Amino acid sequence: MSLLREFTKGLWKDIPPFRLVLGLCPTLAVTKGAETGLGMGLAVIFVLTCSNVLVSSLRKIIPRQVRIASFIVIIASFVVMVELLSQAFFYTIYQSLGIFIPLIVVNCIILGRAEAFASRNGIVASALDGLGIGIGYTISLTVLGSIREILGKGTLFGADVMWSSFRPFAFMVEAPGAFISLGILLAIMNSISSSSRS
Amino acid sequence: MEYIVLVITAVLIKNILLAEYLGNCPFLGTSKRMDTAVGMGLAVIFVLTIATAVTYWVQYLVLEPFNMGYLQTIAFILVIAALVQFVEMFLRKFAPPLYQALGIFLPLITTNCAVLGVAILVIRREYTFMETVIFAAASASGFTLALIILAGIRERLEISDIPHSLRGTSIGLIMAGMMALAFFGFVGIDSSLKALLHH
Repeated sequence: MSLLREFTKGLWKDIPPFRLVLGLCPTLAVTKGAETGLGMGLAVIFVLTCSNVLVSSLRKIIPRQVRIASFIVIIASFVVMVELLSQAFFYTIYQSLGIFIPLIVVNCIILGRAEAFASRNGIVASALDGLGIGIGYTISLTVLGSIREILGKGTLFGADVMWSSFRPFAFMVEAPGAFISLGILLAIMNSISSSSRS
Repeated sequence: MEYIVLVITAVLIKNILLAEYLGNCPFLGTSKRMDTAVGMGLAVIFVLTIATAVTYWVQYLVLEPFNMGYLQTIAFILVIAALVQFVEMFLRKFAPPLYQALGIFLPLITTNCAVLGVAILVIRREYTFMETVIFAAASASGFTLALIILAGIRERLEISDIPHSLRGTSIGLIMAGMMALAFFGFVGIDSSLKALLHH
């Protein structure tokens, strides 16, 4: 029962980047469209789950003083794997994500979960935590990417979804649209959770 | 002359925070108060310039001659982490006042994606060493400029009446979006500047 809770907390209670306000750069940069958002999310699920499992299984061996450096090396190894795999098998996504694939290393969500959860909990719980948070992040990125793509280009996953006379707001796929739509989504999440509490 | 265009592009047109989406966690995290924003900005200028200069030589003297380009991500993050630690120790020993001012921000910079981001960008764009150093310093100055402007806005917002659910990070993001929109106005001045310099 508690293991199930480790998994589901990432889907609503602690969903990144809304509840855990971490990992903002990739959130803003790759949500130009739903497809790149989804691709980034899947890469993060892989890195986060693998690094959580490895950090958790090594938690009794790694000395406390060098733990952050060790976590970064573990995370960086999985990121290099993602980099090489996506270059080989998903080249278009690799190109559109660009510099943000190597930058998964410094995504604070992954280091944050390694430090706050995996270094203190068992392997199964850490794997479920990584999977849950990763899926939550993927959902957020895909939703944000869909909103920006629909309003900014009138398409969703590349297919036309709006009526023919719809004039897209080009600024939604640029940087200002990223900041403003994320801010508004965050405000909506805040008002939902405060009204459900009262 | 090209250097002037490079600086103006990095600071105003392609501002690292507002157009390149790098370093946004500290952008929102340390912009609530002016003094933390200034401290973070100065620490980033200092570390980012040194780190990019060092990783440039790591790439061209170590990784490429030994054909280990695929290790770039691991090598760069380790160099940056070690360098930040070293800068911290050096400042504590030789420049205590500077250490007092920047101290608490230095460890945070390791996971600031602006540092790793600029280090990788200059390699991907194949800059020369001179261009690398100038681009790094200009990007970091652009970071500091945007951070200080946002801190000024957010200090004002503290005393204004904002709807409850918008408070905190949410309004910070919307303000950053407005700033990004304002910085959009600089797009295009690089080509007119280039034309001016050629005459």
